Amino acid sequence: MTPATDTRSWLQKNRMTVTPLLFLLPGLLFFVVYVISPIFQSFNISLYDWDGLGEATYIGLDNYRELVDDRAFETSLWNNLKWLALYLLAIPAGLFIALFLNQTVTGIRLYKSLFFFPFVLSQVVVGLVFSWFYLPRVGLLNAVLTFFGLDSINVLGDPDLATYGIIAAGLWPQTAYCMILYLTGLNAVDPEQIEAGRLDGAKGWKMLWHVVLPQLKPATFIAFVVTIIGALRSFDLISIMTNGGPFGSTRVLSFMMFEQALSEYGFRMGYGSAIAVVLFLIMLVFIGYFLWQMWRDERAARH
Amino acid sequence: MRSIIKTPLAVLAATTMLSGMAMADGHGLTGDLRIFSDMSNPAPRAIMEGLVEEFGELHPGLEIELTVVDREAWKTQIRNALTANPPDVVNWYAANRMGPYVDAGLFMDITDMWDAGDFAGLESVRGAMTIDDRQWGVPYTYYQWGIYYREDIFNELGLSEPTTFEEEIANCQVIVDSGRSCYTIGSRYLWTAGGWFDYLNMRTNGFDFHMELARGEVAWTDERVRETFANWRRLIDMGAFIDDHQTYSWQEALPFFVNGEATAYLMGNFVVPHLREAGLSDDQIDFYQFPAIVEGMPMGEDAPTDTFHIPSGAQNVAAAQEFLRFVTSADVQARINGPDGLGQLPVNANAEVADDEFIQQGFEMLSQNATGGIAQFFDRDWPAEMASIGMEGLQEFMVFPDNLDDILERLEDARQRIYE
Repeated sequence: MTPATDTRSWLQKNRMTVTPLLFLLPGLLFFVVYVISPIFQSFNISLYDWDGLGEATYIGLDNYRELVDDRAFETSLWNNLKWLALYLLAIPAGLFIALFLNQTVTGIRLYKSLFFFPFVLSQVVVGLVFSWFYLPRVGLLNAVLTFFGLDSINVLGDPDLATYGIIAAGLWPQTAYCMILYLTGLNAVDPEQIEAGRLDGAKGWKMLWHVVLPQLKPATFIAFVVTIIGALRSFDLISIMTNGGPFGSTRVLSFMMFEQALSEYGFRMGYGSAIAVVLFLIMLVFIGYFLWQMWRDERAARH
Repeated sequence: MRSIIKTPLAVLAATTMLSGMAMADGHGLTGDLRIFSDMSNPAPRAIMEGLVEEFGELHPGLEIELTVVDREAWKTQIRNALTANPPDVVNWYAANRMGPYVDAGLFMDITDMWDAGDFAGLESVRGAMTIDDRQWGVPYTYYQWGIYYREDIFNELGLSEPTTFEEEIANCQVIVDSGRSCYTIGSRYLWTAGGWFDYLNMRTNGFDFHMELARGEVAWTDERVRETFANWRRLIDMGAFIDDHQTYSWQEALPFFVNGEATAYLMGNFVVPHLREAGLSDDQIDFYQFPAIVEGMPMGEDAPTDTFHIPSGAQNVAAAQEFLRFVTSADVQARINGPDGLGQLPVNANAEVADDEFIQQGFEMLSQNATGGIAQFFDRDWPAEMASIGMEGLQEFMVFPDNLDDILERLEDARQRIYE
C-alpha cells in the first residue's frame, strides 16, 4: 500500500485559519479606515494650526499649551468630571428599581415597560422635555416650587446649576438602561443560592450584598461600561438644553471640541483635535481598565 | 409677465456690452449651472425657485440645478461644498464672514465685474463685499435693525418715540413703573446681545471706533469700551430687560412682546412677520431708530446683508456671472424683496422699495440717517472666533454686570491671540 499523498490544495489545507480571517477582513478593514486611522489623524492635526480650508501650519504642541490656559477648557474638564461622578448614580438607582420590579404582580410587564420607556426616547426628546420642565416661569418644576411657597429657580439659566440640571435629565434614560440590565441579570440569579442564604439567616441588605450582588457582577460591569461611556459622550443633551451656555458654563470636552472645530464660528481644526486627543486619553484610561477587567474574567473562567 | 422679463434683458444687454465679455448676447449660455442656496425657509425658498425658473426661461440652453440647503446647516456645510466639486453659485453673508473663504481662495474675485459697472445701482453696498480692496460677490437683500415697539402701550402710557438716550431711559422708567419690562430679548444663542452691543457702542463711540474694535485695533479694556458698558448697565440696573433671557431663543422671547409684558424689541426687520402672525396689527407695532447717546454723533446702523458668490472652482463661470447680474438687477431686486417675497430692502438703489410701513421706515433710515456708516452685525463684522467669545461675554455681562472687569480681560486676551 502506497502512503496516501496529501492532494489537497494550500487553501483546503489551511481553511481552518483562512476562513475566520476572511470573515474578519471586511470588518477589520472598516475598523481601520473609520476608527483607527482617524485617531492617528487627530493626533496629527492637533499639531497644526489649520482652519480646515487653507494651508495647515505646523505649530508643535502650541495647541496643548493654549489648552492649559484656556478657561473654557478648564470648565469643560470639570464638567466632564461632574458628569462621570454623578452619572454613576444611574447604576444603584437602576438596581433598586430592578429589585422593586422583580416580582410577580398583575400587570408587572406594563410597569416594567413604563420604567423602561425613557430609554426608548431619543436624547433630543428627553432634552426638550426637561428644558420645558425647567422653564423659568411656566415650567412644571417652578409651578411646584411656587405652589409650596418657594422661590422659583431658573435651573438652565444659572451657571452654577445648569450642568446638574442636564445631568439629572441624562440620568432619567440612563437609569432605565441600567434597570433593564439588572432585570435580565436578576433572571439568572440562582434561586437555590437564595434559598441557601435564607436558611443561613441572611435577609435584607445582607442577602443583597453577599448573595445577590455577586451574581449580578456581569450586569454591574456592563452597566458601569455603558454609563461611563454615556457620561463622556454627553453631547446631545447639552446641545439641546443649553447649547453650552449660559456663557459656556455647561460645556464638556466633546461639546467644546465641536464648537471649536465644526460649529458656525469654529474654524480651528487643530485646536479641536487637541481637545479630541485629550478626551481620547481620558477615555483610554477607562477603556484600558475595562479591557483588563474582561481579560482577567475570561482567564478566570478558563481555569 | 412679458414686461417683467423685458427690463432685465435690456439691462443685461447693456451690461454685457459694457463689460466687453465674449458672449454677444445673453442667450448664448449653455451647459449646467449648479446653484447651492441656503434660502430654505418657506418664503425665501419660493423666491429662489422662482428666480431659477425665470433665469432658465431667459436662457433655454442652460440646465439649471438648484440645491437648497437648510440655512443653519449651510453655515457649516459650505466648507465641504466649496472644496469638493464646488457648484457655480452659492449663498453666503457679507463682510468678515467671507473672510475664511476669501483667504482660502475659495471665492472667485469678481472685482472686474464691479469695475465694469455690471452691478449698476449697487455702489452703496460695494464696501460690504470688499476684502483686501477686491470684491468677492454680490448682495441680494438686506434689512434694517432697530427698536420695534408696542405703539398701543406707548400711547396708553403717553410716551412718544425717543430720539435721545435720556428720553429712552425716561420712557423706560415709566414702562418699568407700569409693571412691564422695556425690552424683551432672548440671549440663549448669544447673537441678540451682540445687537445691543453694536448699537450702544456705535452710539457711544461712533461707527469708526466700532469698526476699529471689530478689526482688533482697540483694546477691549479701553476706557471708551467701558463707557459703552456703563450705558448698557444703566438699562440693566433699572430692570429694563426681561428676566431669565439667557434661557430663551429670540423666538421664545417674542411672547413677552406680544402679551405686552415687554414693550420693545431691538431686532432685525425679520421680526415683523412673526409679530403680525401672532396677531398684532400694524396699529399696535411701530419702529424707531436706536436713539442718539452723544449729541451730533453720526448714526451708524446694523444692516446685515445676504449674498451670492461664485466659488473659484465653478465650472460654468459665464452662466454664474450672468446669474449675479440677473439677481442684482433693479427689477428682480424690487420683486424678490417685495412684501410677497422676502419683505426686506432691495440692494439696488434703482429698485422700488415695497409699500410696507416697516420696510419704508427702514429704507428711509438707512438712506438718510445712517451717515455714520452701515455695519453688518457683531457676528459678521468681528472674526468668527472673536465673535463667539465676545458674544458669550456680552451675555454674561447682561446677567452678571459685576463681572465686567473679568469679561473684558478675557476678551482682551482673546483679541491679542486672534488678531496677532
